[in-house]
Amino acid sequence: MTTLSYDGTFEGLLTAVFDVYAHKLCNVKLHQGEYLEGTLFDEKLHVVTDQARAARVLKSLKLKLSTLGVQRLYAAHLAEISGEDNNLLGFMRYAIDSAENIEEDYGNKYVVRVSEIVRMVRREKHRMEAFIRFQKLRDGSFYAAIEPDFNVLPLLIKHFKSRYADMKWMIYDLRRKYGIYYDLHDTQFITLDFADSNRQADIVAAYTEDEDMYQHLWKNYFKSVNIASRKNTKLHVRHIPKRYWKHLTEKI
Amino acid sequence: MDADRITEKLNILADAAKYDVSCASSGSKRKNENKGLGNASNGICHSYTEDGRCVSLLKILLTNHCIFDCAYCISRKSNDIQRAAFTVQEVVDLTINFYRRNYIEGLFLSSGIFKDADFTMERLVRVAKKLRLEHNFHGYIHLKSIPGASDELMNEAGLYADRLSVNLEMPTEAGLKLLAPDKNHQDMIKPMGYLKNAIIQHTEEKKLFKKAPLFAPAGQSTQVIIGATPEDDNQILHSANYFYKNFKLRRVYYSGYVPVLEDSRLPALNTSVPMVRENRLYQADWLMRNYGFHVSEIVNNQQPHLDLDIDPKLSWAIRNMNEFPIDVNRADLKMILRVPGIGVLSAQKIVSARKFGKLNWENLKRMGVCINRAKYFVTCQSKEFERRDLTGNAIKQFILATSHSKYIKNVPTQLNLF
Repeated sequence: MTTLSYDGTFEGLLTAVFDVYAHKLCNVKLHQGEYLEGTLFDEKLHVVTDQARAARVLKSLKLKLSTLGVQRLYAAHLAEISGEDNNLLGFMRYAIDSAENIEEDYGNKYVVRVSEIVRMVRREKHRMEAFIRFQKLRDGSFYAAIEPDFNVLPLLIKHFKSRYADMKWMIYDLRRKYGIYYDLHDTQFITLDFADSNRQADIVAAYTEDEDMYQHLWKNYFKSVNIASRKNTKLHVRHIPKRYWKHLTEKI
Repeated sequence: MDADRITEKLNILADAAKYDVSCASSGSKRKNENKGLGNASNGICHSYTEDGRCVSLLKILLTNHCIFDCAYCISRKSNDIQRAAFTVQEVVDLTINFYRRNYIEGLFLSSGIFKDADFTMERLVRVAKKLRLEHNFHGYIHLKSIPGASDELMNEAGLYADRLSVNLEMPTEAGLKLLAPDKNHQDMIKPMGYLKNAIIQHTEEKKLFKKAPLFAPAGQSTQVIIGATPEDDNQILHSANYFYKNFKLRRVYYSGYVPVLEDSRLPALNTSVPMVRENRLYQADWLMRNYGFHVSEIVNNQQPHLDLDIDPKLSWAIRNMNEFPIDVNRADLKMILRVPGIGVLSAQKIVSARKFGKLNWENLKRMGVCINRAKYFVTCQSKEFERRDLTGNAIKQFILATSHSKYIKNVPTQLNLF
């Protein structure tokens, strides 16, 4: 058993795949982070992330997988679930070692696991597309805070950019402390320095004058469309799990 | 805008519109153009009400003033309720501001009939036109086609809206006569027929000229109220099938009647909403549209009602035990789709995955197949399979014993409310 430690990035993961083949390793385990507490009989290797090597692995993956298949692999990586990188590694090795495209071999444990992870990430992405609530600020821009389970912000850019092309907006991931900002032309990743505790108060202080009115109208609308005689709390909570409520205007 | 007045109007006119169940915002392909606002290509449910229904569109009436007196409708002329009306500008402002905050996918605008059909339809069209032309809005717009409106207005509506719908309300003409004496079945069908032909024509043009304008790209839908009149499931589903086939409808919605009014022609006010029946009708509808079932395989004169305790797919399977068991490693996709416990996605996965090797129970489970149900109807690469020669009825009892309907708990709550 060889343990490979890498930096947790997608390029790092691809470089690890490169090293697996370069050193002809068979039995491999991945580990994220610099330093590794040694177990006695394990061999340990540290993967130095290398753009050129990563690109070579990516190129060979593109030969073996469809474009969608490569995108799905990246989405699964964004889940950042600890231990799952071993399944991603298994998936990539299986793809590279097979003569034909194996994306649809759902009988294989790696393929089926990757498809499960992708489903989880896609669902979270879709939830963000639904549950993001923009607040209009005095400078005419729109701000939304999120705390998604997975790191889906990079997957959201395309949707929001094509939808809200005529306004400036920012979506900020409070948990991972970075955001995306659209300035009417392009989007960029940004980080904000602030004391977390004051942030929401600052945002409210910066509202446009009609922001409160529209929030109020939306809450009212949400109440009016409910049919009390069909109340079904279990279904309600299944659709909007409680952890999302604190950023939902209508549930605050 | 006067916030208090708008709030009041919104409460009245959203409340009156909520019995329209359609909230779909998918099925269109409108793109954002010229750096405008919005697109309508993927359905998103932005929120869910406490009754578990999706909130995707700003669903309101332009007004709840109405010259008709339909027994099932809360806005009927003789009902003593608060009336209100939005101006065109107010609806436009609400839509744009809700949309920018990512509250909604677009607008679903319906209306009570004031003055006459054309007058009402013209107002609805004006809202859509203003949104599209003055505000460069490309979000989803669903307009109600007002029965009796002229072809010119319907044509204009099709140019600005993504979806149009006429509510048939009652599954049969006789039911409509009984409860909505002012409405005429033919009037309702006429705009549907016009739109069907116009949509076909525009789709042809679009194939030839890429620049041809979109025309109601999300098609037409309709809604029937169930449980208000005595039609059985056989009649309801056959009439739905008729409209799918002849008018190319995208969807038929089934709305369990919520008793809102006291009327001798209607179920009493303390009747519970037929939620299970409504759910079974939707399941049957899905079987017709996505699973390749013919309507008469689901309901017919011998089986005029859907089973309430089991879903229509399982019900069909146990009536047709001679078709099973099938081998998932060999059977046609068509047949795999008919197995209880296997959905469209898992059926497709099975067909893709079996090219790489024979599938066993563990594989099927990981693909999302509900083994508890499917095990009575399939065999796979395993020595374990159901060897007993079970009757359909025995299978039903086994399945009912190991699963519980999500509605069982709901029924008593429904009754307790009153």
